[in-house]
Amino acid sequence: MKIFLKKTLMAPEGPFNLHVDLDIKEGECVSLFGRSGCGKTSILRMIAGLQSPQEGRVEVAGDAWFDSSRGIDLPPQKRHAGFVFQEYSLFPNMTVEENLMFALRRGEETARVGEYLGLVGLKGLERRYPSKLSGGQKQRVALARALLRHPKILLLDEPLSALDVQTRWRLQDEVLRLYEKTGITTILVSHDPFEAMKLSGRIFMMEAGRIVRSGEPQNVFCGSEWEAFFRMAKNGFGPA
Amino acid sequence: MPYDLAPLGLSLKLATVTTIVLILIGIPLAYWLAFSRTRGRPFLEALVSMPLVLPPTVLGFYILVFLSPGHALGAFLERILDVRVVFSFTGLVIGSVIFSLPFMVNPIKAGFQNFPCALIEAAYTLGKSRRQTLVSVIIPNTKSSLLTGIVMSFAHTMGEFGVVLMIGGGIPHHTRVASIAIYNEVEAMNYSAANFYSMILVVFSMAVLALFYALYRRHGEVV
Repeated sequence: MKIFLKKTLMAPEGPFNLHVDLDIKEGECVSLFGRSGCGKTSILRMIAGLQSPQEGRVEVAGDAWFDSSRGIDLPPQKRHAGFVFQEYSLFPNMTVEENLMFALRRGEETARVGEYLGLVGLKGLERRYPSKLSGGQKQRVALARALLRHPKILLLDEPLSALDVQTRWRLQDEVLRLYEKTGITTILVSHDPFEAMKLSGRIFMMEAGRIVRSGEPQNVFCGSEWEAFFRMAKNGFGPA
Repeated sequence: MPYDLAPLGLSLKLATVTTIVLILIGIPLAYWLAFSRTRGRPFLEALVSMPLVLPPTVLGFYILVFLSPGHALGAFLERILDVRVVFSFTGLVIGSVIFSLPFMVNPIKAGFQNFPCALIEAAYTLGKSRRQTLVSVIIPNTKSSLLTGIVMSFAHTMGEFGVVLMIGGGIPHHTRVASIAIYNEVEAMNYSAANFYSMILVVFSMAVLALFYALYRRHGEVV
């Protein structure tokens, strides 16, 4: 899939130009890595149709979702993108089960809800409201809800950054397992190098709206500033 | 001496009909005012809130003028729809809807504006239309604003005086609501009847507001 985006973004230090050109293979899991405010989340939002670039092209699995030269701009409802937000974004008026039911298309088999709840290990919590769930459980519901729609691309916007370290590590394994099981093309936004390296095969390192380095994790996180990190990574992620 | 209960019944009927009409108009209008980015928005917001600052008699006067058969609009309604708006119950409803509009629209609008944008976006990415998102996500999570709007519009219409007097003229059994009946009875030095209507209004208003706060509290605990 091709993602080419241009937009002027505002940051506390002043405006800067987002200008990226990404080519992502089907079934690949890539990370957008960089400091907060460098435009990572904006890229995901533009892919999902929640924000419009000034110029660009978003083509997923052969379908044009956005193309400024041809005047194509599909609304988010018509783009098949699964979006997992940093703050979970579960509907507080609905139970876990109802949150998933909401994602079903009209006339779709409701049995799939149970199947996806099982997939993320939430059986037994169907009737709970989001306010009675832990952060990790909330994010599992959000993941299941996004996957339930069979999206063509899964967009994860720092999905684990609000969780404590232990939960984050557990959830990273979970995300990895889900990715391996579904084989869905995934873009993960992260500012945690461990996470980016663990979950993705390719990393796009960003600075002020531009990709400054890209490639396999060990090639991106090279140079003296990353050596220490890379040594730790080689010895295994997670707690010592 | 038995008192005529018709004014009280009429007030209740007027408040109920007005509130129902206001729910139907108020929710879409509040949604538009909360989320629209068009330039005309401040103008419409000002228009909706005008009844808060205008004397009810001013509003009543203009509605009376525009809807009377002597005016183009009133003549049109009478000729085409066969509806005589002034000095009728229909006229009272139109006047009350305009007069109580800010009491319904403003709380709902505030509730919508404070609603987390990420939840709306989440619904969109799940393929839901604006309308489905409004009905299934926004409204159920802003129930307290809607409840405030309903109670305030209802209570405000129950206590209305200036507008209904101007438009309705206080015709017994047609447009003489409780607040006008009180005024008439006092003018006729019939204090016991005035006291009867007044006391019922006091007790009723108190009960409605107490019920509202009880619901509000319970609702606050649920979500």
